[in-house]
Amino acid sequence: MSALVIAEHDNLSLKVATLNAIAAALQCSPEVDVLVAGSNADAVVAAATQVAGVRKVIHADAPSLADQLAEPLAAQILAIAGHYTHILAPATANGKNVLPRVAAKLDVAQLSDVTKVISSDIFERPIYAGNAIATVQSVDPIKVITVRTTGFDPVSSSGGSAAIEKQEVTTDTSKSSFVGRELTKSNRPELTAAKIIVSGGRGLGSGEKYQELVVPLADALGAALGASRAAVDAGYVPNDYQVGQTGKIVAPQLYVAVGISGAIQHLAGMKDSKVIVAINKDPDAPIFSVADYGLVADLFTAIPELTKALG
Amino acid sequence: MKILVAVKRVVDYNVKVRVKSDNSGIDIANVKMSMNPFDEIAVEEAVRLKEAGVAAEVIVVSAGPTQCQETLRTALAIGADRAILVESDLELQPLAIAKILKALAQKEEAQIIILGKQAIDDDSNQTGQMLASLMDLPQGTFASKVVVADGKVTVTREVDGGLETIALTLPAVITTDLRLNEPRYVTLPNIMKAKKKILEIIKPEELGVDIAPRLKTLKVEEPPKRSAGVMVADVAALVEKLKNEAKVI
Repeated sequence: MSALVIAEHDNLSLKVATLNAIAAALQCSPEVDVLVAGSNADAVVAAATQVAGVRKVIHADAPSLADQLAEPLAAQILAIAGHYTHILAPATANGKNVLPRVAAKLDVAQLSDVTKVISSDIFERPIYAGNAIATVQSVDPIKVITVRTTGFDPVSSSGGSAAIEKQEVTTDTSKSSFVGRELTKSNRPELTAAKIIVSGGRGLGSGEKYQELVVPLADALGAALGASRAAVDAGYVPNDYQVGQTGKIVAPQLYVAVGISGAIQHLAGMKDSKVIVAINKDPDAPIFSVADYGLVADLFTAIPELTKALG
Repeated sequence: MKILVAVKRVVDYNVKVRVKSDNSGIDIANVKMSMNPFDEIAVEEAVRLKEAGVAAEVIVVSAGPTQCQETLRTALAIGADRAILVESDLELQPLAIAKILKALAQKEEAQIIILGKQAIDDDSNQTGQMLASLMDLPQGTFASKVVVADGKVTVTREVDGGLETIALTLPAVITTDLRLNEPRYVTLPNIMKAKKKILEIIKPEELGVDIAPRLKTLKVEEPPKRSAGVMVADVAALVEKLKNEAKVI
């Protein structure tokens, strides 16, 4: 038995989510290889060789792999898939995009968003927005798995000394091409890796109020910024801020929900946080049912006061 | 050009589901069922492409029990032209659905196939990608904008860091994200009209595909509950709790 983990990266650095996926892989099999498919991603390969527990880093380098398009990336994974009993990727936008393509070509099921490895063929995964946990067994010869990163503590990024193996790049007959990217610029911690998150909801009333209230509070706490779907739909903040069933799943040490009512779809994305603080003017808001500390207050006076008290 | 749209009948998004006491699954007896919200967005997008003159016909497909006919009628009321139900009482997993859709997309010679990015019951987020893979087609997942022109579709995708735009040669598979469009309200005249549209019912065996489940659900349980928290009186009390009790700041 051996496992292959698809590295999450931007050709410059290895993303932490990869370390969570490697942790899950090590529970499936003691032999774990990492595939770095990219363009001029030597720094990523070097970082991957240092990760604790990795046996071998497979490096595929080609311009067609630069943008992580699903079609060439899936072909690259399929070229070596036969050597493995488990193929894993973090359940990021990239992982979710590419792995089902791999599973279908192998004629096997995929296990999405796995939160626990019970044995090499039995896994736990949340269904119904996390309102139920299913224990599922795969009868397929190869288990294709996306890993919910909040379910596994990351392995150490140092202490390893894996060998590097170059992989030939499969011919690119792709019918898709990359056009462009609009990434949100931020010096803050990444939402899915942050220790503290401050999230704003529709209770704020506008994008200006989000900037005025939520951003300074996040600054005072050194926190990442999040939002409810309602706030994203209303245009207060970009889409990548969304926390929830279909957005990002987070589990920071401290989650502060500001003016978020707490629809089940939002709770699905944050209820595994260690400490949850909810501040809302509506005492009946469902968010209070999952909060460790609830404060019923007018946001426009309470949030600046809190920011000041922490500053 | 024909557009094929796949829709799934799921527990309504407002329902708080309950786990069965024998841990065999979710109790869906007497629970409100609706079209998966992402699929509603998919139907709306296809109908808009037809209204814009890009597509000639919109065909909706669902696979599952006979009650899926209601879901298909809703899609017809939004504006799809005709419907196909692949009727089966078996548990149909994403790979099986992808195989069924492949057979139908080939038969109908669909140029664009639109699906919701994930169903809100099993939260798999697989079927569209699997379909694209089985058909060797390019995919534009998690779409927030779709533009069809000159034999290509340009898809803006919601990704972890923001937005990404890709161009796909047709035929292609698209999966919808929340902000692609806002589905219209279905009007009574359109519901009446939908009743007269063609709804064909076929069996999976007629498509000659393997629909055997590959994942066995051993049990379904409630997630661990969070212990009840406390309400604090004011900001000062909150800061005190966070510093001295929770010790997170």
